[in-house]
Amino acid sequence: MSDERVSSWTEDELGVPGRVLPVVRAPEPVLSTVGADVDPTSPETVQLAADLVGTMRVSPGCVGLAAPQVGVSARVFCVDVTDHPKTRTGHGTFVLCNAEVLESSRNEKAREGCMSVPDFTGDVKRASRLVVRGALPGTGEVVTLTTDAFEARALQHEIDHCAGLLFLDRAAGAHAIYARTTYL
Amino acid sequence: MTPSSSLHAITVLGHDRPGIIAETTGRLADLGLNLEDSTMTLLRGHFAMMLICAGAPAASEIEAALAPLTEDGTLTVTVREVPVEQPAPSNGSPWVLTVHGGDRAGIVSSVVSEVARVGGNITDLTTRLAGDLYLLVAEIDLPAAADLDAVEVAIRSVASDLGVGATLRPAEADEL
Repeated sequence: MSDERVSSWTEDELGVPGRVLPVVRAPEPVLSTVGADVDPTSPETVQLAADLVGTMRVSPGCVGLAAPQVGVSARVFCVDVTDHPKTRTGHGTFVLCNAEVLESSRNEKAREGCMSVPDFTGDVKRASRLVVRGALPGTGEVVTLTTDAFEARALQHEIDHCAGLLFLDRAAGAHAIYARTTYL
Repeated sequence: MTPSSSLHAITVLGHDRPGIIAETTGRLADLGLNLEDSTMTLLRGHFAMMLICAGAPAASEIEAALAPLTEDGTLTVTVREVPVEQPAPSNGSPWVLTVHGGDRAGIVSSVVSEVARVGGNITDLTTRLAGDLYLLVAEIDLPAAADLDAVEVAIRSVASDLGVGATLRPAEADEL
């Protein structure tokens, strides 16, 4: 039921236009700070949710964005993995507040990049089966969603951001972080 | 790096023991040198570290500061000034090459020759020998002009002739 509710959610429910905010880069301290819990029904959270979606939409290849990445130390993020080839289960565009992982299993290693760490990529193990609970911005409904594969990875990456963690903090080993080549 | 400073490449090689990195980096910090990139591993039990540091001191000053590391004869240190390198952008794609199988002469040279033949650039390489098992893992940039299928066939063919297996996988990172 919650999965259907998340799938049907769109940013239109927020009722405010999303602005495009600048994305901050490490070593900006906000990226290493544990985000504050938010009131999902507050106007500030609703605006933040809209801004996150708005900023994600204009960023090429971006499948998720967390509040600390736009300089706000809060537990809010958006995700949309709809067009990614590694997606199996997908819930479209959604924003979660105060999200937490309830269940995780089947770790898989894959290489990640992040708009806030533009000069590196890194191999990171993450669960490929995931159950997450969080609140939808605006209504504040608490939803539980079950997902896998790439959406699971994206959710864990964003939940980490909200906890002040970067993929660098989860590097699979001393030689698992790579300088990013600029591909033309 | 400030305009008045220069870059130095430093290598430290030899018998492993706890504290080599602490001592080396402590002496470099005392000189006001800033560690930029570095890598360290154990190669068949030997300590092996390479680093690039930036700062005002000359190579001779850095050598003098690191000389105590070499006093007991178990470590070798080299220092030399190097120019600033700008990493060239690539028009190709990143790949990971894995080769493993029974140890024999010429595995690395034969396989990487196929990479070089198409203008592929190796950006990271590890080889290991454990018992009779030989392992090579390399990060490779293959140019856009390279025929990827042909490269893979050539590598597999060379590997097969040597009795080892080779796998070429894309190393694209997922943007999150």
